[in-house]
Amino acid sequence: MDQLAEAAGGRLEKQFMKVIELKASVTASNDREAEKLRRQMKQKGVLLINLMSSPGSGKTTLLSRTITDMKDIGIAVLEADIDSAVDAERIEALGARAVQVHTDGMCHMDAGMTQRGLSEMNFEGIDLAFLENIGNLICPAEYDTGAGKNVMILSVPEGDDKPLKYPLMFQQSDALVISKTDALPWFTFDTEKCIKRAKMLNPAIEIFPVSAKTGEGMDAWENWLRKQIADWRK
Amino acid sequence: MHEMGIVLHLAKTLDELAEEQHITKIGSVTLQVGEVSGIMTELFTDAWNYFKVRHPVLTESELILETLPAVTYCQNCGKTYETVKYGKICPHCGSPETYLLSGNECIIKQIEAETEDGTESEETVTIE
Repeated sequence: MDQLAEAAGGRLEKQFMKVIELKASVTASNDREAEKLRRQMKQKGVLLINLMSSPGSGKTTLLSRTITDMKDIGIAVLEADIDSAVDAERIEALGARAVQVHTDGMCHMDAGMTQRGLSEMNFEGIDLAFLENIGNLICPAEYDTGAGKNVMILSVPEGDDKPLKYPLMFQQSDALVISKTDALPWFTFDTEKCIKRAKMLNPAIEIFPVSAKTGEGMDAWENWLRKQIADWRK
Repeated sequence: MHEMGIVLHLAKTLDELAEEQHITKIGSVTLQVGEVSGIMTELFTDAWNYFKVRHPVLTESELILETLPAVTYCQNCGKTYETVKYGKICPHCGSPETYLLSGNECIIKQIEAETEDGTESEETVTIE
């Protein structure tokens, strides 16, 4: 390198670089993988539902009740956790198929991780697959996992103000399950207010207040699932 | 942790672009980050500097972050206002019936790159 170029350092070198305008999403690579996975699942005729919520909102309990109630539907569950296999063990005890994936510290599932997890799954006789995402109301909403539908759970003890605090999660979800309604007498949760707030962010969102413990509201949720499976196969 | 995830996706998107466009070296990456996107720019830069050395095409690149202002629209009075200053409640009419117009983005605006053929022209590439 001659002295002039050396003195100018990286600056001079940069002059020979071209500027490429992109206007692309940071997650463009993930979005492409997600589209691919969605097409594969459509071909298989299996509806993948991405289930998102905070830790302790009752994701596994809701799934357990759904699996027990919908015996005629083949259900599989992809359990995402930072570590451990406790959820997968609970699901398998009910006779449903479960695969555990570890995100190794990451706060969300992306399309690549979902694809890898699903590749371990045997889809014979399966109509519906749930991806039980990492318990977190922020990061999972930002990544397309390749699921056909996104569902979030908000439990009564968490409070009716959550749509105001985590707007993206409510905007990205096709359905909201308000869980643990059997606990309503002990909390100041205003169901009407919560529904109004969620609808303000996402007018198309379907809302199902349920108690997986008493079974209240489970019919409406399960009918919605059946309709989504039928629509997915059209 | 959140910033780390975004950086990993960004690096992957750029690696794929480099392969498609025969880019040998990326000099700079300009990102537009919305004021209320939840991305902490200092953490983001730290994560970038940590991960870029693992991607040969990015090793010498510089990250440039541009902030996009957050603007909220009021459905009640039809006016817009600064989100960060006033939050959810419209300062013009006091209505809570408002929604975010912009400020949530994280977009790769442009990159400066060196290609195999050494051309210098500006061009626009669309990533689907």
